[in-house]
Amino acid sequence: MDKENNHSKSFIVSVSPHIRSDESTGRIMWSVSASLLPAVIMGAYYFGPRAIFALALCIVSSVFFEFLYLKILKKDITINDGSAFLTGLLLGMNLPASVPFYIPVAGSFFAIIITKQLFGGLGYNIFNPALIGRAFLLVSFPKLMTAWTEPSPAFIKIDAITTATPLGILKEEGYTKLIEIFGDKANLYSHLLYGNRAGCIGETSAIALLLGAAFLFYRRYITWHIPLTFIGTAALIAWIFGGNSGLFSGDPLLHILSGGMMLGAFFMATDYVTSPSMKSGQVLFGIGCGFLTMLIRLKGGYPEGVMFAILIMNCFSPLIDRGFKSKIFGAVKKK
Amino acid sequence: MGFLVFKGGIHPADKKELSADKKITETIKPPKVIIPLSQHIGAPCKPVVTINQEIKKGELIGEATGFVSAPVHSSVSGKVISIIEIPNIMGRMVTSVVVENDFKDEWTLLKDNPDYMKLSPDEIKEKIKNAGIVGMGGATFPAIVKLSPPKEKPIDTVIINGSECEPYLTGDYRLMIEKPSEIIEGLKIIMKVLGVSNGFIGIEDNKPLAIESLKKAVINSEGINIKVCSLRTRYPQGAEKMLIKAITGREVPPRALPMDVKVVVHNAGTANAIYEAVRFGKPLIDRVVTVSGEGIREPKNLLVKIGTPISHLIEECGGLKENAVKVISGGPMMGFAIASLDMPVTKGTSGITVLTEKEIVHTEKFRPCIKCGRCIDACPMGLMPSMLSVYSERGFFEGAKEYNLFDCFECGCCTYVCPSKRPIVHLIRLAKTQVKP
Repeated sequence: MDKENNHSKSFIVSVSPHIRSDESTGRIMWSVSASLLPAVIMGAYYFGPRAIFALALCIVSSVFFEFLYLKILKKDITINDGSAFLTGLLLGMNLPASVPFYIPVAGSFFAIIITKQLFGGLGYNIFNPALIGRAFLLVSFPKLMTAWTEPSPAFIKIDAITTATPLGILKEEGYTKLIEIFGDKANLYSHLLYGNRAGCIGETSAIALLLGAAFLFYRRYITWHIPLTFIGTAALIAWIFGGNSGLFSGDPLLHILSGGMMLGAFFMATDYVTSPSMKSGQVLFGIGCGFLTMLIRLKGGYPEGVMFAILIMNCFSPLIDRGFKSKIFGAVKKK
Repeated sequence: MGFLVFKGGIHPADKKELSADKKITETIKPPKVIIPLSQHIGAPCKPVVTINQEIKKGELIGEATGFVSAPVHSSVSGKVISIIEIPNIMGRMVTSVVVENDFKDEWTLLKDNPDYMKLSPDEIKEKIKNAGIVGMGGATFPAIVKLSPPKEKPIDTVIINGSECEPYLTGDYRLMIEKPSEIIEGLKIIMKVLGVSNGFIGIEDNKPLAIESLKKAVINSEGINIKVCSLRTRYPQGAEKMLIKAITGREVPPRALPMDVKVVVHNAGTANAIYEAVRFGKPLIDRVVTVSGEGIREPKNLLVKIGTPISHLIEECGGLKENAVKVISGGPMMGFAIASLDMPVTKGTSGITVLTEKEIVHTEKFRPCIKCGRCIDACPMGLMPSMLSVYSERGFFEGAKEYNLFDCFECGCCTYVCPSKRPIVHLIRLAKTQVKP
């Protein structure tokens, strides 16, 4: 009886291996999105309903544009892989809370359609979509994109007061003034850690971002190679060249904790698609990001340089990948 | 010592608990056996029997036709009823001899020679050659070739591979528990032939009973330097190059053989077969096959006569479950999915793994590479599978070659870890057929 059964049955025949791990692109994207939750909560706490509105609008329009593009081109609808959601979320976290509604929509369009889909979709884009979206917005709407509001914990004040970011103050008025505004150094650091300072929605709370990053390290979704070299290089340059009283008088901690350094180093520069694949290449990539960030912060026209630094290094990723090849097993004597 | 690791690799669930405690049992005698004349890497054998000829168990039916070749013997006594062409697991047609079993189990002359260690290396080699022994871990490389290194390549180390790193498979494990002294004797024979005084047995540390069993057997055999190494469990620990790296710290260069770093590796099952051949003159006509997987009713470790149809084994294990969808000759990482259960067990069949829908990931639709680098970290050969797969997918096979295409031994780690479910090994195999090494 069984014999009959066995012989009439047809089996799947395919090439080995026949088992797979349960890791998937979708799971990675959704996990990274989840890891951003603490920073999102802190952003909402400090910047209020407008922040939530901007974030939601970014996510909805990013996913919508992805859906629309795939639908029009009759491709498989892959919006549930979470990649468009993540792009929208990251874009939203990189905006000031005060932006009008068309800013998230225009940024999402640029991120998803121009930067991602027109380059071939997931896996083929050269630049980080969320960062290109933000760069586009920054150069097109410079006033709106730098209209920072004073954080107002737990929605106390409805009318937001415009102010400058710590890095903006540092650029325009200098280090002494910055310390003066925040009282003392310790107070400044604590504001930077918790996120009680002006800046983009998702970039201000260093603690919340570190919490998310710890989760990504734990899941091995990111490794130390890019974030550590990025932050380390930036800190080193800030310490050596960032001070008013000659070499080695800078404040590295201020530079690490302010601006988009935490968000950029752990969540944007580590984007798989737009960073090198080899660990050795990633180290160079991270150093480049850190160097360019500080070059822009200290010598450039913008107070903040993380975004442009990562985008510039994105260009070099394919080149770095060519230069850093893996070491073949047993190939010891090769040059 | 103190290496015990290699770079890369993966940790799939080993699923060995399904069959690890099942003692090796002999299958019910099959009414007929189909014995392919090419069960090894190298030249196929020439048939030396004719239809209707009465033959005995262990009688030569296929003669080796070159140095890299291995003779084939009948696994039953009975009558040759036909000589046919059947596809092997790779899909190539192979001449095969069909023998009807008369159930008399009449052996050709077997002779116990307890003084086998007094034989000269050449006499031992002759016996191993005539017994048709091949690498039983699955690669089926004729054992005699590994035992005959050219003079300019001295050997100083022999390793018995007891890693059995493929999920589900437990045949070598059972053999190491049930026949430890036979394996040690086999190792001693190999060491004698090669004139080597360093012997190792490498076993993954998820098999403590096997390690213990062999350690005991080593103590009992005095006066010889054999070390049982507990290796960290990680697939593909049983791959020759990884095993050598873990035990000796030596790296076999690309395209080179273990003998280039003065090492010879034999599988535990092969060591047992060598012992049986040298002591009793028994040719390789049976082997241990693990039948396991979620799709089989009663997983077992069976002693199977070469040529027994796989369907016979499946029945012996209670048949397939309703949800069985894939039958693999070998383990799930490197085994071959087979289309028909009529195929016979050969010298290289280490197991039959039956998977259900649950374990099968349908991979018709795979996603683009997101360059996460997981495959690069997992590759034990230090390759960049992501680049190989992209080049092959786009038809730039020459580009794949520049990324050391031919150093890939298709262990499947890259494909296992890929979050985009890309069929990387498949694409690499495709590229290998399109360019010359």
